[in-house]
Amino acid sequence: MMSPTLVRRIIKPAVFIACLLPLLWLVARAFEIGGGLGANPVEKIQDTLGQWGLRFLVITLAITPLRDWLNAPWLIMLRRMLGLFAFTYVLLHFLTWLLLDQGLYWSGILEDIAKRPFITIGFTALVLLIPLAITSTNKMMRRLGKRWKKLHRLIYPISLLAVWHYYWQVKADVREPLIYASIVAVLLGWRLWKTRRASTRAASQSAALARDA
Amino acid sequence: MLIKRPRPGDSARIQASEITPESAYVSRRELLGAALALGIGAAGMGFSLRADAATTPLKFSRNARLSLQEEPNSYEDITTYNNFYEFGTGKGDPVANSGKFKPTPWSVKVSGEAEITGTFTLEDVLKGHALEERVYRLRCVEAWSMVIPWIGIPLAAVLKRFKPTSNARYVAFETVHRPAEMPGQRSNVLKWPYVEGLRIDEAMHPLTILAVGLYGKTLPNQNGAPLRLIVPWKYGFKGIKSIVGIRFTEREPPTSWNISAPDEYGFYANVNPTVDHPRWSQARERQIGAGFLSARVPTQMFNGYEKEVAQLYRGMDLRRYY
Ligand code: HEM
Repeated sequence: MMSPTLVRRIIKPAVFIACLLPLLWLVARAFEIGGGLGANPVEKIQDTLGQWGLRFLVITLAITPLRDWLNAPWLIMLRRMLGLFAFTYVLLHFLTWLLLDQGLYWSGILEDIAKRPFITIGFTALVLLIPLAITSTNKMMRRLGKRWKKLHRLIYPISLLAVWHYYWQVKADVREPLIYASIVAVLLGWRLWKTRRASTRAASQSAALARDA
Repeated sequence: MLIKRPRPGDSARIQASEITPESAYVSRRELLGAALALGIGAAGMGFSLRADAATTPLKFSRNARLSLQEEPNSYEDITTYNNFYEFGTGKGDPVANSGKFKPTPWSVKVSGEAEITGTFTLEDVLKGHALEERVYRLRCVEAWSMVIPWIGIPLAAVLKRFKPTSNARYVAFETVHRPAEMPGQRSNVLKWPYVEGLRIDEAMHPLTILAVGLYGKTLPNQNGAPLRLIVPWKYGFKGIKSIVGIRFTEREPPTSWNISAPDEYGFYANVNPTVDHPRWSQARERQIGAGFLSARVPTQMFNGYEKEVAQLYRGMDLRRYY
């Protein structure tokens, strides 16, 4: 069994550093360490950050099911940190677009957000992530109580929007977006199945109670 | 003469190699690369070396009148950042996956509405034509651009030799279909073989060329060896690569991207900053090689060839015929 101290002292810091590696890789490459960023560095930076944003979203979403499947309750101790990494990478993905790709060309930026469905969807996902990031502290968790859990269910629509954004952005090769879509479908489907089962159980239990009474 | 005009980002690029002696530069990179044990950079170098080994120098003269007065992109950029779905959908896939492709020997089948038809070797197709260098901007439909010194011949000169009949109102082109050598063709991201087409007046326009090389050497596989089309006022996907078929037709021929997404890619595909792709703006483009702190630049109507080609489309609604 994993002791909470072990998780807090060793596993969590190790995962933290691992989560930073894609960012460090980009920074190193930007300084031509271990190779460059290729012919279109802005696209490389933006795509890499978007890819990792999506991966961390999916990983965060996988924590609860994995906890049940592997019977590893300690995994929950990593969940908020992973979610914050998802937010960080998505935010950097957005800032790369805003600063390096669009160069703060506001008329184009506003038009893209309003008119290009794949960008509108990505932007919506980012905006929805903001309250989750803000309420990720212990203090906020305590203050919100039960509502915290409800609020953080926003991660479900956010993951769907993120996959949709990716699917809509590719030109013809939808194989990778479809892989992400299937993973998200399994992770959300499992939750649906679990709540359904829980509510039918509750219903049959109360029916049994009524009969016994 | 090609007049060197610095482009944004050039100064940074030129300085880096001028200040540091090349040997020192390479060894520093190698050391750091090895230290990080990533090895990917080294693999990348292997690919470009292989591409170099497969190309041979060409004899040509520069057509300054029809060339841009802009500094071309580096050979490295032009040969490592490609859209050539026959070798994969990533920009780095063509250089990585085209090593097995054999562009020699090569032949082209000419058919349709012409007096002379049949199968011709590449040498036959090129015989009697002097190779020219044309420095053109390639504007990709994905809103980026590169400046490339192509080596080729005007398409018109080649087509006229086959004596197209008066029924020949269009020209259709076809890419080779070799799934064994082109791994991308083993999946169905597009319908294979790739096909493209031009109206006959577009095909006969002096700016339209069949390219056989770039930077003074034969085309590397990832750039469409051994024979490809270049239509500089159209989006890059019109420039069909590794051509094995030329057919003169009376009706507008089908084109691959139009088959794949008709609402996004039309038959004409003229560069036009005022007609957006449904999913992104075409108003501005990113110049490859300009460095990551430089802004996008405005896209020019017909990629800067408005004076030369606008009359081809007089009276046409370019929103409808995108
Ligand atoms: C939850 C939020 C988001 C996620 C998970 C996400 C993820 C991704 C992914 C995976 C890609 C494909 C990268 C590739 O081709 O390899 C992508 C592309 C893109 N994203 Fe996002 N994104 C998000 C939000 C946004 C926002 C807020 C914007 C801008 C307002 C944005 C703009 C773009 C653009 C412009 C591209 C295309 C880049 C290109 O042309 O290569 N995304 N995103």
